[in-house]
Amino acid sequence: MYLLAIDWFFIIEKLLLIVCIVTLSMVVAMYSTYGERKVAGFFQDRLGPNRAGPFGLLQPLADAGKLFFKEEIIPLASSKFLFILGPALAMITALLTSAVIPWSTPLQIGDRVVPLQIADINVGILFVFAAVSVGVYGIMIGGWASNNKFSLLAGIRGASQMVSYELPMGLALLGVLLFVGDLRMSSIVQSQIDNGWHVFYQPIGFIVFFVCALAECNRTPFDLPEAESELNFGYHQEYSSMKLGFYLFAEYINMFISCVVMTCLFFGGYDIPFVNEAEWGLHPNLLALIGFAVIMGKSLFFVFVFMWIRWTVPRFRFDQLMNLGWKKLIPLALVNMVISAALILWLKK
Amino acid sequence: MEMGVKMQLTNKSKQVDRKPMTFLESLYLWNIAKGMMITLKHFFRKKPTIQYPEQERPFSKVFRGLHILNRDEEGRERCTACGLCAVACPAEAITMEAAERENGEEHLYREEKYAAKYEINMLRCIFCGYCEEACPKDAIYLSQTFAPANYGRTGFIYKKGDLLIPNPVEDPEGYKKALGDKATK
Repeated sequence: MYLLAIDWFFIIEKLLLIVCIVTLSMVVAMYSTYGERKVAGFFQDRLGPNRAGPFGLLQPLADAGKLFFKEEIIPLASSKFLFILGPALAMITALLTSAVIPWSTPLQIGDRVVPLQIADINVGILFVFAAVSVGVYGIMIGGWASNNKFSLLAGIRGASQMVSYELPMGLALLGVLLFVGDLRMSSIVQSQIDNGWHVFYQPIGFIVFFVCALAECNRTPFDLPEAESELNFGYHQEYSSMKLGFYLFAEYINMFISCVVMTCLFFGGYDIPFVNEAEWGLHPNLLALIGFAVIMGKSLFFVFVFMWIRWTVPRFRFDQLMNLGWKKLIPLALVNMVISAALILWLKK
Repeated sequence: MEMGVKMQLTNKSKQVDRKPMTFLESLYLWNIAKGMMITLKHFFRKKPTIQYPEQERPFSKVFRGLHILNRDEEGRERCTACGLCAVACPAEAITMEAAERENGEEHLYREEKYAAKYEINMLRCIFCGYCEEACPKDAIYLSQTFAPANYGRTGFIYKKGDLLIPNPVEDPEGYKKALGDKATK
C-alpha cells in the first residue's frame, strides 16, 4: 500500500509542465528559424521570407515539411549507431536544460500551488552547465561517426571551442553565485527581485557570459564548427533529412534556452523592473501569466541580439577564437571574480 | 600634378594602422558595437525590394520588349511578309513564310500578300528593335513586356498567334492595352 501512495496530481502536473515547456521550446525554436531569416533579410535591406502564408508565417512549417520529405541518407562507411545517436543527443541535451528554469511565479489551481518550474533542484545552474557540456558530444559524435574528414575536423573544433568557453562562462557566473549564495535557479531570480538585477552588479560578468553563450551555441562569430567556407558544412555535412533538421533545430533551442538562462541569471527572470507587482493585488494566476510574458519578452530580445550579432560580425579565425577565450575572457572573468569576491566579503563582513 | 605629391587613386585612402591591439581593443567589444549600430540602421531602412508578381517595375518609355504584330483599324494584319525584318535581324531570330491573299480574305489581310507563318525565337532575339525600324508597313513593334519564363525551348519560339495584337474590332480594349504607348506615337 505504501508504494501506491503516490501523489498522482504531482506527477500529472509535472508531466503537463514538461509537455508544455518542450512544446514551447520547440515552437520558439521553429519560429526563431523564421525570425532569423526575417532579421537577416532586414539587416541586409531585404524583406526575408514573405510568401508562405501572411508575412511568411507558415515558412517554418514549409521548411520542416521539406526536411521530412528529403531522402534519408546514412553513409555506408559511417558507424550507424553513433550516426543516429549524434543528432538525438544534441536534441535531448538542448531540451534538458529547460528543466530547471523558473518560468514564472507559481500558478494557483484550486488550493494547490503549482510552481512553473519542472525541477527546482539545489544544483540548478550546475545542471544547465552539465547538460550543455553533454551537448558537445552531439557535435563530436556526429562529426566522428560521419567518417568524413571535414566533419571530424569540425567536430574537434566544436569540442575544443565549447570546452574552452565553458571555463570563462563558469568563472563569469561565479560572481553571481557568490552574491546569491545559492545554486537554485529560483533563488537566483528571487535575489534579483529583492536586490535588483545582477547585470548592474556584474556588468563584466554579464559581458563575458554573453560572449561565451554565443560560443556555446555555435553562433556567429563563433560558428567555427559549421564554417561553410572552410569545412563545407561542418559536423553535419553527411546528415540529411530530419537528422540534419535535429541538429539545426537543437542549435535554435540552445540559443533560446541560453537566452532564458541569461535572463534568469542577469536580468531578473520574470521580474518586472521598477515595480513591485506583488502589491497590485492581482490574482496569482494573472501575475504568473504576466511574469511569463516578461521572461519571454526579455529572452526573445536576447534572441534578437544573437541574430543581430550574427548578421553583423564575420566569423573569427580559429587562433583568434582561442586567443579571445584563453587570453582575454578567462583573465577578465578571473579578475571580475576576485574583485566581486573581495567586495562581497568586505560589504557583508 | 605637382611634383613630389604622391598620386592617389582616391582622396578617401587611409594609411592602415598596424599597431598591435591593446587589451581593450582585442576584446573587440567597442568595434563590434559600432558595427552593430551600422547594421541596425539598415534594419530600419526602407527596403528596395519590388514584390514582383504583385508589384511591377515601370519600364522606361523606350523599353524594347516582346514583339507584337500589328493590325490596322479594321483589324487586318499589316504584315506583307516582305522579309525586311528577317534581313535586318542581327540574331536571325525571325522566320516567315509568305502566302497570297485569296478572294474573300480581304477583311483578314490588308494587302495581297501576307505572312502565313511568322515565328520569332525569343531565345535568339536580342531585342535590338531593328525589325521595328526595318518594317515599311508599321507591322511589327516591340512592346513593353518581356518574354515570360517557360519550361521548354520550344515554348520560346513564338508563333504568329502569340505575336498578333488583339483585333481592334472584336476586342478594342485588348488592342489598346497591347498598343500601349505606340497609340500616341
